Amino acid sequence: MKSLKRTISTVATVAFAAVAHADVGGDATRGEDLYRQCSSCHQIGAGAVDRVGPQLNGIFDRAAGQSEGFRYSDGMERAAMGGLVWTYDSLDAYIEDPRSLVSQTRMSFRGFDDQQDRDDVLAYLRLFSANPQDIPESAPTAVAVDHEIAPEILAIVGDPAYGEYLSGECTACHQTSGAANGIPSITHWPSEDFVIAMHAYKDGVRLHPVMQMMAGRLSNEEIAALAAYFADIE
Amino acid sequence: MKLNRRAFIGTAAAAAGTLSAPLLVRADGHAKPRVVIVGGGAGGATAARYIAKDSNGEIDVTLIEPTRTYYTCFFSNLYLGGFRTMDSLGHSYGTLAAEYGINVVHDWATGVDRDAKTVATAGGYAIPYDRLILSPGIDFVDGAVAGWDVSSQNKMPHAYKGGSQTELLRAQIEAMPQGGTYAMVAPPNPFRCPPGPYERVSMVAHMLKENNPTAKILIADPKEKFSKQGLFEDGWNTHYAGMIERVGPDFGGDAVEVDPNAMTLSIDGEVTNVDVCNVIPAMKAGRIAELAGITEGNWAPVNAADLSSKMDENIHVLGDACAQGDMPKSGFSANSQAKVCANAVRGALTGSTVFPARFANTCWSLIDTNDGVKVGASYEATDEKIAKVDGFISEVGESAEVRQATFEESVGWYDGITSDMFG
Repeated sequence: MKSLKRTISTVATVAFAAVAHADVGGDATRGEDLYRQCSSCHQIGAGAVDRVGPQLNGIFDRAAGQSEGFRYSDGMERAAMGGLVWTYDSLDAYIEDPRSLVSQTRMSFRGFDDQQDRDDVLAYLRLFSANPQDIPESAPTAVAVDHEIAPEILAIVGDPAYGEYLSGECTACHQTSGAANGIPSITHWPSEDFVIAMHAYKDGVRLHPVMQMMAGRLSNEEIAALAAYFADIE
Repeated sequence: MKLNRRAFIGTAAAAAGTLSAPLLVRADGHAKPRVVIVGGGAGGATAARYIAKDSNGEIDVTLIEPTRTYYTCFFSNLYLGGFRTMDSLGHSYGTLAAEYGINVVHDWATGVDRDAKTVATAGGYAIPYDRLILSPGIDFVDGAVAGWDVSSQNKMPHAYKGGSQTELLRAQIEAMPQGGTYAMVAPPNPFRCPPGPYERVSMVAHMLKENNPTAKILIADPKEKFSKQGLFEDGWNTHYAGMIERVGPDFGGDAVEVDPNAMTLSIDGEVTNVDVCNVIPAMKAGRIAELAGITEGNWAPVNAADLSSKMDENIHVLGDACAQGDMPKSGFSANSQAKVCANAVRGALTGSTVFPARFANTCWSLIDTNDGVKVGASYEATDEKIAKVDGFISEVGESAEVRQATFEESVGWYDGITSDMFG
């Protein structure tokens, strides 16, 4: 699989060499490594679907806010209405500092400061945009977080009313508007991703001390209730 | 949507018919239960917003707060360090009034008649309540620092309530002569924001390092230990080596006298001329708690489960003013207590479900640019007090990335908690 991607990477580099700014020095293999920072929210590759963030196949030259069925932030909706299209330059600006390009985006990512990192990630992303038929037949990238929890925990149906009460503990930091600025957005996540993430904190797999403390005393039912509340919050 | 009072009552009455919870009729015939909240900070504004939001108009909520623009005390140290503007710390009550239907009264509460269940205001009103929530923050203990009283606060500012005092202190620091001395008289326990004085020292040092690098900082401290001490001292050595001297009680930090006219600080009889003297006196509950007769010593004792006063079941006390147990006096704590209290008050007045109390706190401090640290804990209600369950603290020697992420998180928290307070 790696060799196939490398091959495609080479092809892509040649194919886009003439485009201004495109893929100058971008190393898709390195970009694939860097993309692990993105993959907890964004799937890419064959069978990729929207999760916490929209799937990213065919992102190049797609108008912003167009992954069908994904609930975008108001900020992204506004940017889309304003005609934002994902070109190399706009993607470059977005992954450098998401909130400076799209204020109030829910994307909780501080950005890649380094131009080489951005070039490499974009080279990797481009593999899945250049020619759809070339999308590698790999499984979609990492699903939610690397943490396994029992199916019966995932099957718990949460009570959103209880979740609303419990959410008071979350909203001292996380904004119900979905605005993210140093504290991630937790609104409109697929419930499963929310539950997995919270159990990852509870079980000490995710390492944030505040979240480990908060998740540590939530029962399975309480986590499900919070997931249900935040998934459909207005 | 902008609600005028009549429309708001109309909406609520229409809604009430569809609710299964009993609509209690007050003894005096007033149809809706009334909650009056004194103090529009992290405790009071949060309680007002949650009661109004969750009761859907079933409860009349009045918030009494003298200032029209509230400047948060939390993050005011970052203003001193030049990391925030004062404007960015100011918040209005417009959304609470317009979108949540809260009756915001800009007036001073001057007394509580617990038999008549009314709050008197400086403007001459007597505002009736079924439940009263006091969240008045802090005042200072008279005579706590020899030579200092509130009339000297322009010469020797406390800057321990947000706003003009903070601006005054910053102006004084900026006007210090090269090589001058900034002195702080630190408060004894318990006091608002335990890491606050030491974050302040860090921010003052940051500003002096840039503009007045030969200046000195002198702290007279009555406490043997202080919050995040290891983290602060490590940070001071790293960023501000040789600038900061702290005199603890073992060397007379608890035997202090100031002279605001002469601008001197005496520690254990040794007099030092200083250019700025930031006196942070011992604290007590905001005066209205004392006037209501629900304090014991300097603070108002409360029950852990619902923050109700141990002396009057119809009064609740939030935040810095209450004596509740293990939680530090902080904006985060007040916000956390307010949500538990709001749920309990709503349940008592409308029969809505009362969920078990749970509390949390985190305090972030900034030591220098992108060098943030934090301490926090979770708490539960026991019969005796609010009791600590679990906690964490940043470690000495964390990477620059972790410290920067911690600072960025604190900025996000500021946006989060102020949205939670003011809507």
